[in-house]
Amino acid sequence: MSNTFASLDLVPKSDEKQSAKDYKTDQEVRWCPGCGDYAILAAVQGFMPELGVKKENIVFVSGIGCSSRFPYYMNTYGVHSIHGRAPAIATGLSVSRPDLSVWVVTGDGDALSIGGNHLIHALRRNVNLKILMFNNRIYGLTKGQYSPTSEMGKITKTTPLGSLDYPFNPVSVALGAEATFVARSVDSDRQHLQSVLRAAAEHEGTALIEIYQNCNIFNDGAWDPMKDADTRDDVTMRLVHGEKIVFGANSDRCVVRDHNGTLRVASVNDVAAEDIVTHDAHAEDPAFAFALSRLSHPETLQDTPIGIFRDIKRPSYDRLVRNQIETATAKGAGDLQTLLTGKDTWQVS
Amino acid sequence: MQRTRGHVTKEIVELDQVSIRFAGDSGDGMQLTGDQFTSTTAAFGNDLTTLPDFPAEIRAPAGTMPGVSAFQLHFGDHDIMTPGDQAHVLVAMNPAALKSNLKELRPGGDLIVNTDEFSERAMTKVGYASNPLEDGSLDGYNVHPIALTSMTVEALKDFDITKKDAERSKNMFALGVLLWMFTRPIEPTIAFLNAKFGKKPEILAANIAALQAGWSFGETTESFPNQFAVKPAPMAAGTYRNISGNLALSYGLIAASVRADLPIFLGSYPITPASDILHELSKHKNFGVRTFQAEDEIAGIGAALGASYAGMLGVTTTSGPGVALKSEAIGLAVALELPLVIVDVQRGGPSTGLPTKTEQADLLQAMYGRNGEAPVPIVAPQSPADCFDAAIEAVRIATVYRTPVFLLSDGYLANGSEPWHVPDVSALPDLHVKFADGPNHTMPDGTEVFWPFKRDPETLARPWAIPGVAGLEHRIGGIEKQDGTGNISYDPANHDFMVRIRQAKIDGIAKTIEPLKVEDPSGKAKVLVIGWGSTYGPVESACRRLRLEGFDVAHAHLRHLNPFPANTGEELKKYEKVIVPEMNLGQLSMMLRAKYLVDAIGYNQVRGLPFKTQELMDAIKDVVEGV
Repeated sequence: MSNTFASLDLVPKSDEKQSAKDYKTDQEVRWCPGCGDYAILAAVQGFMPELGVKKENIVFVSGIGCSSRFPYYMNTYGVHSIHGRAPAIATGLSVSRPDLSVWVVTGDGDALSIGGNHLIHALRRNVNLKILMFNNRIYGLTKGQYSPTSEMGKITKTTPLGSLDYPFNPVSVALGAEATFVARSVDSDRQHLQSVLRAAAEHEGTALIEIYQNCNIFNDGAWDPMKDADTRDDVTMRLVHGEKIVFGANSDRCVVRDHNGTLRVASVNDVAAEDIVTHDAHAEDPAFAFALSRLSHPETLQDTPIGIFRDIKRPSYDRLVRNQIETATAKGAGDLQTLLTGKDTWQVS
Repeated sequence: MQRTRGHVTKEIVELDQVSIRFAGDSGDGMQLTGDQFTSTTAAFGNDLTTLPDFPAEIRAPAGTMPGVSAFQLHFGDHDIMTPGDQAHVLVAMNPAALKSNLKELRPGGDLIVNTDEFSERAMTKVGYASNPLEDGSLDGYNVHPIALTSMTVEALKDFDITKKDAERSKNMFALGVLLWMFTRPIEPTIAFLNAKFGKKPEILAANIAALQAGWSFGETTESFPNQFAVKPAPMAAGTYRNISGNLALSYGLIAASVRADLPIFLGSYPITPASDILHELSKHKNFGVRTFQAEDEIAGIGAALGASYAGMLGVTTTSGPGVALKSEAIGLAVALELPLVIVDVQRGGPSTGLPTKTEQADLLQAMYGRNGEAPVPIVAPQSPADCFDAAIEAVRIATVYRTPVFLLSDGYLANGSEPWHVPDVSALPDLHVKFADGPNHTMPDGTEVFWPFKRDPETLARPWAIPGVAGLEHRIGGIEKQDGTGNISYDPANHDFMVRIRQAKIDGIAKTIEPLKVEDPSGKAKVLVIGWGSTYGPVESACRRLRLEGFDVAHAHLRHLNPFPANTGEELKKYEKVIVPEMNLGQLSMMLRAKYLVDAIGYNQVRGLPFKTQELMDAIKDVVEGV
């Protein structure tokens, strides 16, 4: 069985047919019943066989938080590390071993608060990592404090009068760091999530996938407008490369260019068909994808895009490091005795 | 002994050792001048030790005291262990250099002063009320006033270079004078200049001319009645080179990597005085070295740990403030039980402290600076060249015991240099390790399984199981693990067991390290001086000189700070008094007192500089005379 994933060219192919079951461990899953993490775990376990690579060449690295327990439940190699540092640890791992498929699992607090620095630097370097960021807009494992993606005014244990922090939009942050692959999906939409995982796996370099995930204990319903059958089609903008951006329950809404050069949402009836923007995930300039990321309303979730915002080609950091080593060793591997002796010596007899 | 060249005849005086100090503005090229004198002297066969002494600012305003950069070199016809207490010769390129460095010149010493820079304004700038060259304040020294700048400019007047470039060559003039003074050849410096300025022929010619002019000036001036000679020191036969601590440490890591057949992955963030190791390793990609300049200290160690997990030789390099940031990740490395070398080139603290000055005040940070019971082995080199062997030892411990290891160097070792007997590569230790390649445990039902935390009965190390091996898939993390299986476990008895076994693993390293060796030639000493790290040179030097004066004193030096050599307590208890000189307020003293219940007497200084031999002799003598 051969895979079609360019980013996995150097990862040994599996010679056996795999199933989701092969990726389950014997460990008891310890998330709260009803947690969105279960759906994501099932989607990932279900998707992994598609990679077509040997299970022992897959590594999941995580930080701290509910989401970061993920590696314990994947029957691959796994490291549950420390808060916020998974991208750094995964960088050392990925750069050292092109024969591995390296996945990072993180959350909104882990990736954007304590680990914000590592996230943006992994993105700008374009390390060959697939980063799954579960966003539930709350700190769950510490029992309910607001997170860097919580909406302003949120009442939590640490903000009894409402939070004063203006939130991050993770997709905008990633695009600001000029990430080469940025996507968003929803925990409960298995089919969509798996399609995004597939595209991320094909991508050479860092892929950031923000996954809207429900914490039913501390922030239940945070993404309800995007999940309820009554509202989801109305608020959700599904991005498909090469297609006009038209959405809404009755396909009556669309995206057009605004007079100031950015994008805006309009009623299909109010604009000429040729003015409706066609989604271009391959645009070199991240400005277009960034403008898309700004369309959603953080409180109501109205006009929230999901899908792939950006997917461009740039050599991965891993490949560039490898090239330098290959160039350096092509002239002959180093000779230790020559190095130690150097050029400026004297003899004592 | 007489020497004749042209019409000049000057007597050559034999000396057994000399310490010279170059001091000037940061832009005057004093480090380069010192380095050049050093390599010429090393190649001549003298033993030597150097002390670069420079400010943290790259170039503080010209002519100011904070802008003074100095370089001290001590060389001799015997074993030289320190940069010398006070110099025999001081070269002061301007009033600021004179004012800040005069105390480093011994009474009656030779003082070479660049008179051109002693303008009213320059002297006022550093607070001289009157001209020290004229007011008699230098009467206690042998002053050689030389118009270094104008003589250099005059010597270069026929060259097609700017006056500024001509003035910049004055360090070569000064070097020429010093090389003449100590009967050293100028050819090595000419070769060096050829390599450095090969692409700028005019600058090259000017520098060579300035160097020769300085040499000839020494020969002709009446200011120097004689030259000096220092014979080569006896050394074991072999190939030698001069080497600084940071370079030796870098080479030690590469050598260990070759001997372990594990490529280096260095994750690091620039910090003084450790950055040179990152610079150096970046040059050696042909040894498979990957260097990663991380976004911060934490990412540096994180990436190195990730690389160790991948099966590389993970290394991170930093100084004290960086260690503080890395603490949590070091704890993770302890919990994951993966090899990792953490190089701490210590500098003055706390906080930013004294970035370019030396100190030994990170010992307790290395020992205890983590949450929970998180023991980490500590190895400390004792001299610049010893950084090579200490790095190899740190790698040995890290890979055999699957543990992070601290390699505690310091700013003095990092930048100081000494002759190094280049080792024969085939004589270096074999550091090959074996990765896990299959099941290591049989379940009661006969199933063969892999347990990531099943330990080697001898070393107590767990298997190094790198990704890519079928059947060994496992999950590890910072959460407490069940003994054997490595599964998450919150069981109280298991945690107690795991904490103790991690400690026992580190304690067990003592079985593989050399016993503590005590130097007590007369066998009658009642006082033991015990040190660690870069204080070895001054302490050994002080003990030797005290013995020559008829005192009985024993000396021991700790290379391993955790665990200590197994016989440490036994040796300490043989002596009535134990003195512990350290460049901190008593950190090793505290550890020795706590572990062995000995009444260690601390001798402590935190001046950012190595100990002076004389001060140590006085302190030790006080104790010896008291018993």
